[in-house]
Amino acid sequence: MSDATAAPERSYLTEGLTIRSWLLTRDHKRIALLYFATITLFFFIGGAAATLIRLNLVDPAGSLVSADTYNRLFTMHGVVMVWFFLIPSIPTTLGNFVLPLMLGARDLAFPRLNLLSWYLFIIGGAVTLYALAAGGLDTGWTFYTPFSTLYSNGHVVLAVAGIFLTGFSSILTGLNFIITIHTLRAPGMGWYRLPLFVWSLYATSAILVLATPVLAITLFLLAFERLVHVGIFDPKLGGDPLLFQHLFWFYSHPAVYIMILPGMGVVSELIAAFSKKPVFGYKFVAWSSMAIAAVGFLVWGHHMFVAGESVYAALVFSLLSFLVAVPSAIKVFNWTATLHKGSIAWDAPMLYALAFIGLFAMGGVTGLFLAALAIDVEVTDTYFVVAHFHYIMVGGMVAAYFGGLHYWWPKITGRLYPEYWARAAAILIFLGFNLTFFPQYVVGWLGMPRRYHAYPPEFQVWNVLSSAGASILALAYLMPIFYLGWSLLRGPRAGANPWGATGLEWQTSSPPPAENFATTPTVTRPPYDYPEPAAEPAALPRG
Amino acid sequence: MPLLLPAGSSQSHEWNYLFLALLLLSAAVVLAVFALILVFAIRYRRGSSATRSGWTRRTTRWEIGWTSATCLAFLALFVWGTDLYLRMRQPAVDALPIFVVGKQWMWKIEHPGGQREIDTLHLPLGVPVRVVLASEDVIHSFHIPAFRVTQDAVPGRFTSLAFTPDRLGRFHLFCTEFCGTEHAAMGGSVVVMQPKDYEAWLASQPPEATLARQGAALYRAFGCSGCHGADGEGQEGTVRAPALRGLYGRPVPLSDGRTITADERYFRDSILLPRSEIVAGYGPIMPSFSGQIGEEDLMTLIAYLESLGRADSPQP
Repeated sequence: MSDATAAPERSYLTEGLTIRSWLLTRDHKRIALLYFATITLFFFIGGAAATLIRLNLVDPAGSLVSADTYNRLFTMHGVVMVWFFLIPSIPTTLGNFVLPLMLGARDLAFPRLNLLSWYLFIIGGAVTLYALAAGGLDTGWTFYTPFSTLYSNGHVVLAVAGIFLTGFSSILTGLNFIITIHTLRAPGMGWYRLPLFVWSLYATSAILVLATPVLAITLFLLAFERLVHVGIFDPKLGGDPLLFQHLFWFYSHPAVYIMILPGMGVVSELIAAFSKKPVFGYKFVAWSSMAIAAVGFLVWGHHMFVAGESVYAALVFSLLSFLVAVPSAIKVFNWTATLHKGSIAWDAPMLYALAFIGLFAMGGVTGLFLAALAIDVEVTDTYFVVAHFHYIMVGGMVAAYFGGLHYWWPKITGRLYPEYWARAAAILIFLGFNLTFFPQYVVGWLGMPRRYHAYPPEFQVWNVLSSAGASILALAYLMPIFYLGWSLLRGPRAGANPWGATGLEWQTSSPPPAENFATTPTVTRPPYDYPEPAAEPAALPRG
Repeated sequence: MPLLLPAGSSQSHEWNYLFLALLLLSAAVVLAVFALILVFAIRYRRGSSATRSGWTRRTTRWEIGWTSATCLAFLALFVWGTDLYLRMRQPAVDALPIFVVGKQWMWKIEHPGGQREIDTLHLPLGVPVRVVLASEDVIHSFHIPAFRVTQDAVPGRFTSLAFTPDRLGRFHLFCTEFCGTEHAAMGGSVVVMQPKDYEAWLASQPPEATLARQGAALYRAFGCSGCHGADGEGQEGTVRAPALRGLYGRPVPLSDGRTITADERYFRDSILLPRSEIVAGYGPIMPSFSGQIGEEDLMTLIAYLESLGRADSPQP
């Protein structure tokens, strides 16, 4: 994969070198990089909060920080990671960069709107960061009422305002993607010729557009009640606290799929490219994304099994929660089957993809425990739940994000990254992750509640293990900064298609020109159209 | 270092079986996926001599196979989980009622005999218990891991949970819904004793009137007796009020045609929101006591109304 190619004479990176040319760019590729810089900052802010949380929990008495500080730390960790890293992560960076390339388009349908999305995002982010820095808030990222409206003495309204603004960024991005996918596909690019990453972005965008307005309304009502004392959620004023939970989870459960669906799309790309095989059951994988997006809207009540919702509601939500796990299981089986008789390269992106399948499967099966009513009433709000969603969000989603980042890195920068260091980081992340979060399953089913600043000493051994894992994880997450930074300046030049992958994005130069393609490509073949080896195979050359 | 929680209530044994079944099934599926990934990734690593021709082209049969297997397994888990849940929630007919009010950051507990305690709950072994929960401020959650029960205490309504302790000892009681600064400190323990020890413990507490007797005093103090009668016998005439004696646990026909059961929720709503459910044949004339009765008084008053129902005659 090391064809020593020279950099293309002109690329999107050479069109204007001023700061102004970046801040006013309408090029989806440059906007993707603006997002990349922003969410990387947020990732490390959220990560720093997580580090302090884990350090505090080494000691059962929680003597590192005060209870109030601890409560502000986990709120900050949740708010930053959910709204300012996980939700924007893959769509706004990798999605923004490769979606038009995959479609054979010049840009997204609305380039100016795309830039506006980024500005809304950083303004919302700045407002929320200010709220966190100016003393923070202690509501948890879930803002449950009446605690958030009457009892919390943090900057609730300010933080909520920032998230409210950022929501519009989500909606505009979703809208932009949907319209782009409908209208800007190259000639011959039928729906079943779309890469699976595009299908997953389409499903994600549908959720962004349909669910985010509900969050905006909910947060608006929350701020309204806190400021003006009109009874909406507070029973003392005639409101209903469960109404808040219904509204909040009507957004926030589909939001879980906003976070994971793009990761599933990336993994489909990686598995195909590094197995040199079409994805097994393409149509099933594509439609399972749409099924997840649709059924994902009907399961919010499983966050409220012990909150006082009716038995009948609990029954229906339990059944639907099992149902929503079916398309995820289908994906896992299809990815695994794709490996069969492939030509598998153990490059770093593939290591991340394989890690994703394993960790996502573990996060998925523990979701079944939580869907089963009898089990949920015991483990809800314990570390079991914390471990479950971190396996999906961090083990799954962050692994997919890193895998995609490495995979498209040569396309984005025109340079190769050092494979040895990248593999080492991937393996360390996998090990550190499991050491961090597996003990949390155990301590969770032993009964340790989440959001506890201090805990009974019998849980200490599991917490120490988890904190040890977190320190490995923290170091492993820092590694790419160094080797990718080195690659950016010194890395060997990548050719147009260093992985030998199919997909239109690999047919243009690396980095691509501002207009993406010299001439609009015409699509004549199905996706992942790798040739099947002959009956007596000669060993394939690497790359 | 135990890997499984001690089973402390009658429901927790079957809970353990369901949990273990899920654990085994999950482990089998995850290990199978891991093993397949490893085998394929090694056998078909680029450059290996494994035969690769003959890709599976007819994928639909596989898709139908694993989709239906998944659906069937999930359905079975749903049925088991739901069935156990429904049985766990169902209180025994003569369960010992315990009234618990959550507030930042303590659990205030009342026994039927009027004994009060904070953050420690004493219970007799083998006696079915029903906990009625309320909250004075924010949402709390009443969680006893060893009994496999959790229920949120939600301001503005009653919730309840049921269990039967079947193991002596001291168990953790946690608050599992984040409720502010000292959330982690809001908890204590449940002490399960032999019934005779429990009786001795009850007797050793400072003498208090029973909850029902305290409630009877409130019943008069708040003026309920003015319309509903000194002993809850009701009143006919110009100001008509339904009888409360013998009401608890009975079906109540409402003026809008529905029939509901007279439980704690009904009593609570009838006191705080009297116009929401009018008994058939009566007028919406009762004033609301919302904002005038605290959570603990409300529970005490309702304990009196329950005592009217149980014995069919007041025993304050």
